[in-house]
Amino acid sequence: MRFLIESIILRPALTSLIALRALRRHKLRSLLTSLGIIIGVSSVIAMVAVGNGARAQIQGRVASLGQNLLTVSAGNRRTGGINSGLGSASVLTVQDADAIIREVPDVVAISPEVSTTAQVIGNGNNWSTSIVGESADYLQIRDWPLSSGVMFTERDVRIAAKVAIIGTKTAEQLFGPLDPIGETVRVKNIPFIIIGVLSNKGAGMGGMDQDDRLIIPYTTAMKRLTGEKYLRSINVQVVNQERMEFAQQQITALLRQRHRLEPNQSDDFSILNQKEIADTVTSISSTITLFLAAVSSMSLVVGGIGIMNIMLVSVTERTREIGIRIAIGAQSRDILFQFLIEATTLSVLGGLLGVLIGVAAGHLVSHIAGVEAIVSSTSIALAFGISFAIGVFFGFYPARKAANLNPIDALRYE
Amino acid sequence: MKALPAHTRADTGALSSPGATPLSPIIRLASLCKTYRNAEVEVHAVRDVSLDIYAGDFVAIMGSSGSGKSTLMNILGCLDTPTTGTYELASTNVSTLSRKKLATLRNQKLGFVFQSFNLLSRTSALENVELPMFYSHPLISLETQRSRAREVLNKVGLAGRENHWPNQLSGGQQQRVAIARALVNHPQLLLADEPTGNLDSRTSIEIMGLFQALNASGITIVMVTHELEIAAYCKRVIMMRDGRVLSDTMNVERRSAEDEIAALDDAEGNTMKSV
Repeated sequence: MRFLIESIILRPALTSLIALRALRRHKLRSLLTSLGIIIGVSSVIAMVAVGNGARAQIQGRVASLGQNLLTVSAGNRRTGGINSGLGSASVLTVQDADAIIREVPDVVAISPEVSTTAQVIGNGNNWSTSIVGESADYLQIRDWPLSSGVMFTERDVRIAAKVAIIGTKTAEQLFGPLDPIGETVRVKNIPFIIIGVLSNKGAGMGGMDQDDRLIIPYTTAMKRLTGEKYLRSINVQVVNQERMEFAQQQITALLRQRHRLEPNQSDDFSILNQKEIADTVTSISSTITLFLAAVSSMSLVVGGIGIMNIMLVSVTERTREIGIRIAIGAQSRDILFQFLIEATTLSVLGGLLGVLIGVAAGHLVSHIAGVEAIVSSTSIALAFGISFAIGVFFGFYPARKAANLNPIDALRYE
Repeated sequence: MKALPAHTRADTGALSSPGATPLSPIIRLASLCKTYRNAEVEVHAVRDVSLDIYAGDFVAIMGSSGSGKSTLMNILGCLDTPTTGTYELASTNVSTLSRKKLATLRNQKLGFVFQSFNLLSRTSALENVELPMFYSHPLISLETQRSRAREVLNKVGLAGRENHWPNQLSGGQQQRVAIARALVNHPQLLLADEPTGNLDSRTSIEIMGLFQALNASGITIVMVTHELEIAAYCKRVIMMRDGRVLSDTMNVERRSAEDEIAALDDAEGNTMKSV
């Protein structure tokens, strides 16, 4: 037992002490040797942190679309020749929307959407913003709570009530610090009473500001503002993620039938699947992160070679020292471990400093680029493990060279 | 003038350790040969050397370069193994031991002093002296290492210099650190390779004085030198030539370093007075 403790704990501890003393004798050189690893590890950490941050941001935007959301838009970007763009074709009707909720069992809620841009006047100020018509279920579909007030009801939709939910930015432009609930705004000279204020959502997928808008019942928008009979799109909420693809197929079939499309005709609408977008975006950003990490790992390898180089120089330079140690009774194993520990200490200390600098650099980059840096504990552990492995790998050859020196020649070495 | 007859060797041993009954010698060399092979040419560095050294002896090995004294010293120091013949160190035949066992032997039974001191640079005297204890089996606790190193440094007259680096010490002081390092594991034999080769004459006498004092306290010393004056401080002088022992004699008129230092100090004192 005593022997076990001695050979597993105490002896290595003593050898480490010898190695640390040797490093202490050459502080500047040790630091410079570690520099390669410091740069390698810090760039890996920073790159992965920024990459993860960017991915999380994009995923956040995709998630902010809502829960299990399919968006059916009028028009189809895949039609060849003339492409009038999404939402502009006059094909989707309120009846289409009603048919979807009635006939596709996996659909739990829908919100027909129309939109326009108009000047809004309120509190003596005016502001150009987008006016969006939706159903009473819209906020639930988009997973978008109100910060105050209430959402308009199905009854409001049925009677085309002149009520509005206001975005925070729009409210600030018109009312400043005042509470907008109960106030009246006028759009195209029609008065709307504000009954709710949206919570902050930030930029959406297209980069437009979702906090600058007025949401009103789609019936009100169609009858009183635009006079249009067609919808821009239909927001569809599916019961769960697993059913989304199936629901998409059913909606496609249903709309093709309702629009009387021949099998050889392409769809006159398109369906955006939130899960598909999320998956694509995640896979792209993961690839980019991996690529960045791979490029910066190259510098880790270069750092490892730097350690090997210095250790080889060090073994040659300290030949006499090694000779003395062997003469006074050091075993080959003692010398081997001393140099191995020196190399590993250099790389692990480099790794430690690299992590610190990497985290700092990640935050700096995120500050400049406006992307949050997410330092994962996995990448820290990995960088640490890799720098340890590099120390052992690149330190082994010089250490073995030292351990196999002939003491007589080593003592005579000039 | 070949190897001495057996009875002479026995006498030497008996003389060198007065009062003690020499049971078996610390070092026994029997027909020792060392042959190097350099590109088809055989170099006979040591030829048929037989030698006994008993506890308490103080031996000088002399000879010109190429006489084989360094090779013999390396074999005595367990840094090299003989080609033929046997070497017994404290009744252990070391000619056949593994590299690992030799290292343990060097650590426990031998102390080395070199011409160029061979201290670790940028390392305090104390840490230099602790070095052999790092490699001791079983392990020696750090506190014990420290106190033993202090004790030995004190013994060689370096109390108060424990934290000096070698480059902050004079040559003589550096050699004292090296001697302390050689003594710290209580070896049975101290091996010194030209220990005064890099020192001025007065410091040389001081170091020889230290060796004489250590020898008087019972430590066996074998020293290589090419200076007759230095060999004159030893009890026994072995001359080598062409790998063979040329002569092995007792030092009849042995010099005392202590007396000479005292005389030098007196002379210096007198000059000071007359000025």
